[in-house]
Amino acid sequence: MKKSDYTILIADDDPDYLFQTVFNLERAGYKTMAVESQAEAEAVIAKFKPSLAIFDLMMESDDSGFILCYKIKRKYPEVPVILATAVSHETGLSFSIDSEQEKSWIRADRYLEKGIRAEQLDQEIMKLLKL
Amino acid sequence: MAVLKVLVIDDEPGIRSGVSRILNNFHVTYPFMDEDYTFEVTEAGTGEEGITILERDMPDIMLLDNKLPGIQGVDVLEYIRKRNYDIVVAMITSYASLDIAVRATRDGAIDFIPKPFTPQELKSSIENITKQQYLKRITHKMKQEGKKIRYQFLSVLSHELKAPLNALEGYLRMMQEKQAGDMIDDYATPIERSLQRIQGMRNLIMDLLDLTKIKLEVKDEKIQEVSLAEVASGAITTVRPYAIQMDVNVDLDVRSDVIIMADPGDIEIVFNNLISNAVKYNKIGGKAKITIDGSDSEAIIIFSDTGIGISKNDTEDLFAEFVRIKNEKTRNITGSGLGLSIVKKVVELYHGTIKVESTPDVGTTFTIRLPKKPINIT
Repeated sequence: MKKSDYTILIADDDPDYLFQTVFNLERAGYKTMAVESQAEAEAVIAKFKPSLAIFDLMMESDDSGFILCYKIKRKYPEVPVILATAVSHETGLSFSIDSEQEKSWIRADRYLEKGIRAEQLDQEIMKLLKL
Repeated sequence: MAVLKVLVIDDEPGIRSGVSRILNNFHVTYPFMDEDYTFEVTEAGTGEEGITILERDMPDIMLLDNKLPGIQGVDVLEYIRKRNYDIVVAMITSYASLDIAVRATRDGAIDFIPKPFTPQELKSSIENITKQQYLKRITHKMKQEGKKIRYQFLSVLSHELKAPLNALEGYLRMMQEKQAGDMIDDYATPIERSLQRIQGMRNLIMDLLDLTKIKLEVKDEKIQEVSLAEVASGAITTVRPYAIQMDVNVDLDVRSDVIIMADPGDIEIVFNNLISNAVKYNKIGGKAKITIDGSDSEAIIIFSDTGIGISKNDTEDLFAEFVRIKNEKTRNITGSGLGLSIVKKVVELYHGTIKVESTPDVGTTFTIRLPKKPINIT
């Protein structure tokens, strides 16, 4: 399959981050679907199965990203999910999803810091989609 | 009803049972305390026994004789001080030498009850100790909460400051690598958005300055007569260019020119924030209005607009720091999320109230009531 056969769902409440991510992913060749809130993302997931999803952690609530991870994995266990946020810098919270224990509650496949370069994001996505 | 544990260490059984008898029927109450305090007394005949009991029970108050068969009272005191236990200690002693008094005080004893004492002497001493213990714990608790709130504020703040930088960085990279084309016109949106984010960041910094001003600078000498009508027309002049751009008509209705006692800077912050919100969250061709009215004792200021409104759900958190209502209608409006929290702080500083009523798509009304002469500003 080509990259253009994959649709990536992106949820982020910062319109600029959303714009840039969509721009970068489309330039890399993917199809995209962008939403600005947890509520909109849930509505999309209800009707549509994306090839991969990128969720911001803090949207309407501080744990919107976790909730979305949980919901999408329950409906489509095979869809890879990336949690993208800048939260660890500010709060000192650090997540990684290396251990099995962490995987069991953070239902994301990758945890990425915001602000990573476009090529890096593309690399991670290709790995997750096994391209 | 709260119970304070008292440990009495004395080698005279008569003293121990006397203390138990007096305190078991005693309770302390103060108007500023949430609840009454009662006492539960445990007895020890030696310092060694006392230490065993205090390690087990962790008493709140200790009545300590200095002259004991084994280790002395001051040794017990030193034991407590070294471990930083939160126990208030009063020495009960028949003849306190200056030397022992100095050492005991240095090690944290806060009171001396001379033997023999009357029930009333013991009670009044315990009453003082209870009050002191209560205040110490409350202060500690408030300090902890203050730290937590400051930490939360700073972590949200750094998020709010970093988000625009991330956005700018992304757009600049896009241009540096000519990702959207070779012509400057290919980057119209990124440039426009970058400028908006810079403006947003500038507003955030201005709001932060306002916030520190309120917290630090309320000084009595700044309190003077302030004409609300004057402040209102100043605020309207400031917002006018923006209102023209938004095609919003701004009106002032002075039903009575109320004069209040306040720091004019504080009142300007309130008016500037609310009138600029009334314009910012309005519709093209909409209206915004300030009404000033007053009674004998208070000023009433009403900011109303015909704007996008706020849903009932969203009004609940409206005055919290960094709360911004995010929806389709607000997505292109920049704001720091601090404005209304600042307004509320100022209003409360002057012992006033602020209320909001709103209907989505119809408009919003903020009503502020301020006493004309604030009783006490702290």
